[in-house]
Amino acid sequence: MVEPGLYMTVAAVLFFIGALGMLVRRNALVMFMCIELMLNAVNLTLISAGRAMNDLNGQVAVFFILVVAAAEVVVGLAIIVAIFRRRSTASVDELNEMRG
Amino acid sequence: MTELIWIVIALPLLAAVVLHFAGRRLGEPLSGWLASAAIGASFVFALVAALPFVDGGADASTVLLWDWMPAIGASFEIQWDPLSALMTLVVTGVGTLIHVFAIGYMHNDGRFGRFFTYLNLFAASMLTLVLAGNFAMLFLGWELVGLCSYLLIGFWFDRPSASAAAKKAFVVNRIGDFGFMIALMLVFTRFGTLSFAGVFEQAPEVLTTGTATAIGLLLLVGAAGKSAQVPLYVWLPDAMEGPTPVSALIHAATMVTAGVYVIARTAAIFDLAPVASTTVATVGAVTALWAASIALAQRDIKKVLAYSTVSQLGYMFLAVGSTAYVAGIFHLMTHAFFKALLFLGAGAVIHAMNDEQDMHKMGGLLKRMPVTGITMGIATLAIAGIPPLAGFWSKDEILASSFERGGWFSVLFVVGLITALLTAFYMTRQWVLVFLGEPRWDEGVEPHRAPSVMGVPLIILAVLSAVGGLVNTPFRATLEHYLEPVFEGISLLHPPEGIGLFIVLAGLSVFAALVGGGAAYMTYRRPVGAWQRFEEGLQPLWGTWEDAYRVDDLYGKTLVAPGRKLAEISAFGVDLPLIDGAVNGVAGLFLGIGQRLRPLQTGYVRNYAALLLAGAVVVVGWLLAGGL
Repeated sequence: MVEPGLYMTVAAVLFFIGALGMLVRRNALVMFMCIELMLNAVNLTLISAGRAMNDLNGQVAVFFILVVAAAEVVVGLAIIVAIFRRRSTASVDELNEMRG
Repeated sequence: MTELIWIVIALPLLAAVVLHFAGRRLGEPLSGWLASAAIGASFVFALVAALPFVDGGADASTVLLWDWMPAIGASFEIQWDPLSALMTLVVTGVGTLIHVFAIGYMHNDGRFGRFFTYLNLFAASMLTLVLAGNFAMLFLGWELVGLCSYLLIGFWFDRPSASAAAKKAFVVNRIGDFGFMIALMLVFTRFGTLSFAGVFEQAPEVLTTGTATAIGLLLLVGAAGKSAQVPLYVWLPDAMEGPTPVSALIHAATMVTAGVYVIARTAAIFDLAPVASTTVATVGAVTALWAASIALAQRDIKKVLAYSTVSQLGYMFLAVGSTAYVAGIFHLMTHAFFKALLFLGAGAVIHAMNDEQDMHKMGGLLKRMPVTGITMGIATLAIAGIPPLAGFWSKDEILASSFERGGWFSVLFVVGLITALLTAFYMTRQWVLVFLGEPRWDEGVEPHRAPSVMGVPLIILAVLSAVGGLVNTPFRATLEHYLEPVFEGISLLHPPEGIGLFIVLAGLSVFAALVGGGAAYMTYRRPVGAWQRFEEGLQPLWGTWEDAYRVDDLYGKTLVAPGRKLAEISAFGVDLPLIDGAVNGVAGLFLGIGQRLRPLQTGYVRNYAALLLAGAVVVVGWLLAGGL
């Protein structure tokens, strides 16, 4: 039985990698993957916390999150593809119409 | 009959409404005849309704039409008594003649129908004024005639001078109206009602001498504005920019006498305020002399008559101020006849001379226009005070009354006498310059006889100017008896008894008239160069008179210029920086804040993400530190 703290640490590392990628990368597709990374880091946290506390609720919540995330990925990818078709680039720095 | 008296007002009002919508379609001369018929019918109706007053067979009555503001005793009610009946007859009678005359005078004017709309609207307003049974309705009529005066002075508004004159008349009248309105408020606070019956009955119990004097003086301010008395007379000479029938109707015969009428109507208040009465008389006498001296040197045929009107209105104020109300109303009536005639005659002359108004360019017109010349001659004699014409009787009664009063009024009597001399001078000067001597017409001017629509009113008015004075002579004081019920219970000044004194006083005023008239005749009958040398010889006095004492310049410098300055300061010094500044400042503040905050929105996703992350870290850190 591995310490739940270790799982938590892995989750934190994954989350950190995701957040960093979010901040430094410009490609919308890569940033999207980083978001998925952070999302699954949170899932891992929920599962390990549920296991540690002997409570199934954490794992049930993860199933919900996975289902919703699948839908979200479909929408997000569709948007990115649409943007790429229109602009032939997926760089988010080009998408700065909202600049003040 | 009396219950239907509202028809007198309704007829011209109805005609005005009809002409407003159909005037252009009716065209010329039909719209003029419709207007004349409306006011003529009013005259006939009023005459029939007034007949019972003559033999004393009827009492004054008040006809309530409908409630307006019952809380302040203001309703549409008509006071039908000998005074209002007389005023109604003068307004409708002289008005009808002027309407008919105007059909000829306004011939070929592009806005013929509109002119008669205004004339009828004026008639209805003036009748509202004289028939009012309370102060509120009186004020309504008072403002409406002011409006019509404005519209008609500026009738030819494409002339800048006409629209300026209309504006001037309106603004100067507002100064007077201000006093008038305060007087009405004062009346209301003291009496709790504005109805004539209520106010005049309770006046002796309610009013102290001080309050009565205040109300009287404020009414005088209003009356001085409307009736062109010193110092508010300046608008009337400029009002000559209007078409001549307007000058005859509004600025000679009817509207300008409204001030005299109001003072006579409120005699019950002035009865309690001898100081106010004396002030009225003094203002009148000063105005009479002041305006008469200006009239001496005018070259414009209508300006002479305008200043003459101001001067004669001064006589009326002198009369009502001396509490000789009957004499004032009497002069109002005779003046309406001969001054309307003079204006209409002047109109006929101007019409014949192709709109020339300078008397230096006239002369010798008697042969070309005998009817106009003779009728104007009668009017000239009448206003100069030659017996037995109308002006003699009324003017003599005023002078005799002020002589009778004695004391301070003796001074006013002398002023009046000098004015009579000047009046005879300037009127004779005008008649001689226009009708006698060598023609001094401009090239191409071919004076022609006036058409009969213009001639007939002149003849009728000439007859009235000749015999109109006989209604009130020392031998047979019909008007005095007729008006007696109106001034019941008010101490009235009657002309002196006794034929001897009458002959002395009449002799004096006739002597003054003959001296003035004779001097003018001798001077202006001579060749052009001779009388021009005479006028030159009187410089610089003559120039001062010709420029009307330069009062307009004085008012321009002391009142108009500072007024403009004040307006400028409040517009560009207060309104723009403070009021507009506050509004624009608030908008500018938010604009500035927005501008400062704009750079936060960089448009780079990573910046938003970093902020989001930082925010999450802060919140989590706070929770871990045991927040909440």
